[in-house]
Amino acid sequence: MKVAISVQGNDLSSPVDPRFGRAQGFLIVDTETDDFEYVPNPNVSAASGAGIAAAQMIANKGVSAVITGQIGPNAFGVLDASGIRVYTGAAGSAAEALEAYKAGKLSATGSATTTPQLGVGPGWYGPGRGGFGPGRCCRGGPPGPRRGGGPW
Amino acid sequence: MVISVGSGKGGTGKTTLAVNLAHLASIEDEIFFLDCDAEDPDSHFYLKPEWESETDVETPIPRIDKERCDYCGKCSEICPRNALAVLRDDVLVFPELCYGCGGCALSCPMRCVTFESKKIGSVKQGRSGSIRFYQGLLEVGEPSPVRVIKNVKENIQENSRVIIDCPPGTGCALVESVRGSDYCLLVTEPSPFRKHDLELAHQVCVKLEIPHGVVTNRSNGHDEIIDDFCSASSLEILGRIPFSREVAQRISRGELLVDDEHLKRHTEHIFRTVQRRCSFN
Repeated sequence: MKVAISVQGNDLSSPVDPRFGRAQGFLIVDTETDDFEYVPNPNVSAASGAGIAAAQMIANKGVSAVITGQIGPNAFGVLDASGIRVYTGAAGSAAEALEAYKAGKLSATGSATTTPQLGVGPGWYGPGRGGFGPGRCCRGGPPGPRRGGGPW
Repeated sequence: MVISVGSGKGGTGKTTLAVNLAHLASIEDEIFFLDCDAEDPDSHFYLKPEWESETDVETPIPRIDKERCDYCGKCSEICPRNALAVLRDDVLVFPELCYGCGGCALSCPMRCVTFESKKIGSVKQGRSGSIRFYQGLLEVGEPSPVRVIKNVKENIQENSRVIIDCPPGTGCALVESVRGSDYCLLVTEPSPFRKHDLELAHQVCVKLEIPHGVVTNRSNGHDEIIDDFCSASSLEILGRIPFSREVAQRISRGELLVDDEHLKRHTEHIFRTVQRRCSFN
């Protein structure tokens, strides 16, 4: 089966992007073979409805599950209507998140884990938990571990 | 003749200036006053109109006939707001994101998009002496006041004298409010934060080709930050409202500054200058 992982890069060593709708891109991974395809997210700076558009794009890729950090209600609604299970709280690299998923360490969410963020544009990490390892900093600051949540 | 009062930053004194100018202008002849700050209108606290009527503002929301839809996805592609998600055998509509542009219906090859109306706000109309008062009011939870502002502005009659109290910010709501104005007053305060937003509002006026000038509120004798910016940008400072306890007290009681002999002269000076700049008579 195929799963989609939100990523801040284009391969399995890239960090998971904690955002779904405004993730930099997605890895569509075949869980049997670990073969993957990278799909950039054209909705990163959408004026509104980034989550909806990203969810529609992912749904049309025929995946069975999504692995990400946080998901909003609109994106969740689209994925749910498509019968796609959503696993949140993923951290570390995409490969690590994939392993955690395969090992059953990620739990599927039955609802959104964050509120809709209308038209906030890129560079906003939402009221999430953050706290994963070094990654690209959204405002161009030095990369490093992040603490706490909230906007950067 | 349409004069709008904007600022960029919220809470700088747009309403304070707009209602006092309106009062002065209404002494001479009938004027229209439009409160376009539809997300939080407050001019009525000062001008105290007697309400006469209220009309709903509605927006069209797409409804998809799923019997006829072939899920081609064209409606979703064209939607600038991403308010439609087309899946393999379903179409989801997110009404709270829809601006009602109608592109989905135009792009649908199966002609299966129809519209239903959704109330997003209202326009209240009233009178206060010779002021014809209009207020836009957006419903709680609605994302955009633009359509409400459009409906408020439809009440402007040709050759009438109009004062518009604009919403804060420099987004769509401000653009819709100041569009078509003959002059725009930008209210600011002597602080870096206000100066930053004044710059943005100035750029909006330049882009829309609306003549504009600055009024410094809470002027405390140290207005250099605004004065320097204005002289560097060739912007005229039309007047100042002093930073005083008296002004704050009158505002907190819902009173006009022009009812106070001492404070009246500041607003009067601004009013006369604006009149000269754009022959508002």
